[in-house]
Amino acid sequence: MLRVVRIQDLAISRGERSLFSGFNLQVEPGEAVALTGRNGAGKTSLLRAVAGLLRPEAGEISFGDTEPETARAEQLHMVGHHDGLKSTRTAWEELRFQTLWTGGSEVSARDAAQIMDLKRLVELEVRRLSAGQRRRLALARLAASPRSLWLLDEPMAPLDAGHRAAFGAVMAGHLARGGMIMAAVHDPLPVPCRTVEVGA
Amino acid sequence: MSAFLILLRRELALAWGKGGGPLLALAFYAGVVTLLPMAAGRAPEKLAAVAPGIAWLALALAALLSLERLFERDYEDGALDLLALGPASLEAVAVAKCLAQWLASGAPLALAAPVAALALGADPKIIPLLVLCALAGGLAFAFLGGLGASLALGSRRGGLLVAVIVLPLYVPPVIFGAGALAALSADLPWTAGLWLMLAYCTAAVALSPLAMAAACRNALD
Repeated sequence: MLRVVRIQDLAISRGERSLFSGFNLQVEPGEAVALTGRNGAGKTSLLRAVAGLLRPEAGEISFGDTEPETARAEQLHMVGHHDGLKSTRTAWEELRFQTLWTGGSEVSARDAAQIMDLKRLVELEVRRLSAGQRRRLALARLAASPRSLWLLDEPMAPLDAGHRAAFGAVMAGHLARGGMIMAAVHDPLPVPCRTVEVGA
Repeated sequence: MSAFLILLRRELALAWGKGGGPLLALAFYAGVVTLLPMAAGRAPEKLAAVAPGIAWLALALAALLSLERLFERDYEDGALDLLALGPASLEAVAVAKCLAQWLASGAPLALAAPVAALALGADPKIIPLLVLCALAGGLAFAFLGGLGASLALGSRRGGLLVAVIVLPLYVPPVIFGAGALAALSADLPWTAGLWLMLAYCTAAVALSPLAMAAACRNALD
């Protein structure tokens, strides 16, 4: 379990353009942070920097007494615009792989499919799924393999009202167990959260 | 099941899957092996002399076929993010991908190579060496190909770029392998060529994952 996520004096630039600098944020267990900001403000880049996929211009991102490499290999989930699902494989094959890869088990993958209302879809090829169904499939690995920090990029944009509520319950459960959530959103999150504006 | 095996299983399923896989590579191989003699001339004794070389060179070309998608599809659909956040290092991810590529196309091609060589009239005594060269060389082709594929990440016309990067790297194993095969069919000492090729393959397998991981990190940034 991660005890804290601490972002200090972070600066990110893409190419020649500086997105933001001097960004500070601390996330504690059980806390959700909604990252808001105009399009192109750097919300996605911030999440990718926390995930270690993007090298920041300056500043530091630390995870308490856990080494960043360990945190990223074992304690961090990221679900973004690109869901990483292979269109020619079945939903179950993809969910099973993503779950096992992130440290869950086949049983937990099955439970997650139940929770995310995917039971009837698991035999279908991913390309047969709608945008909302694909997103639910990508989000299912959050429930299937326990990792402390969830980095979500517009997680609920394609979901309908019923499934937004269901995913809200999954997020609430994660926070209750001491998990942390950082989510880039335009709509409000369905859980109590702190709102931080990026690139203000 | 270890993370590496989980990933290898997925990569194999993708490499065997629709729109590619061993059948396509074998069909391409058969095409090249049929086409080259038509250009080289059809006199049987002439063909028999170049048969090992043709069977060997066509392997290198067939190995290029499905390389473009090796990293590109995971990069485009975001799966590379997921792979980077997994329990295995990106170096191990690169090894799994190249190994799966080899199992799905290099190894089947190595079994087809003797058939092609015999059909062209090569001396049957070179067959064991040809299979060995094809297996080891195929491994080098897969890893060097993966290197090219990772360097071409994110560029348009990636397929051509991969070929341009990779073909020069294929030169040493092609030379050493063909040299060993030609020497054996001419009853000359042939082991030096084989050892040099195996050494090159070992170096390719050992070093290219480092470069592939670095190229992937760079592409994700």
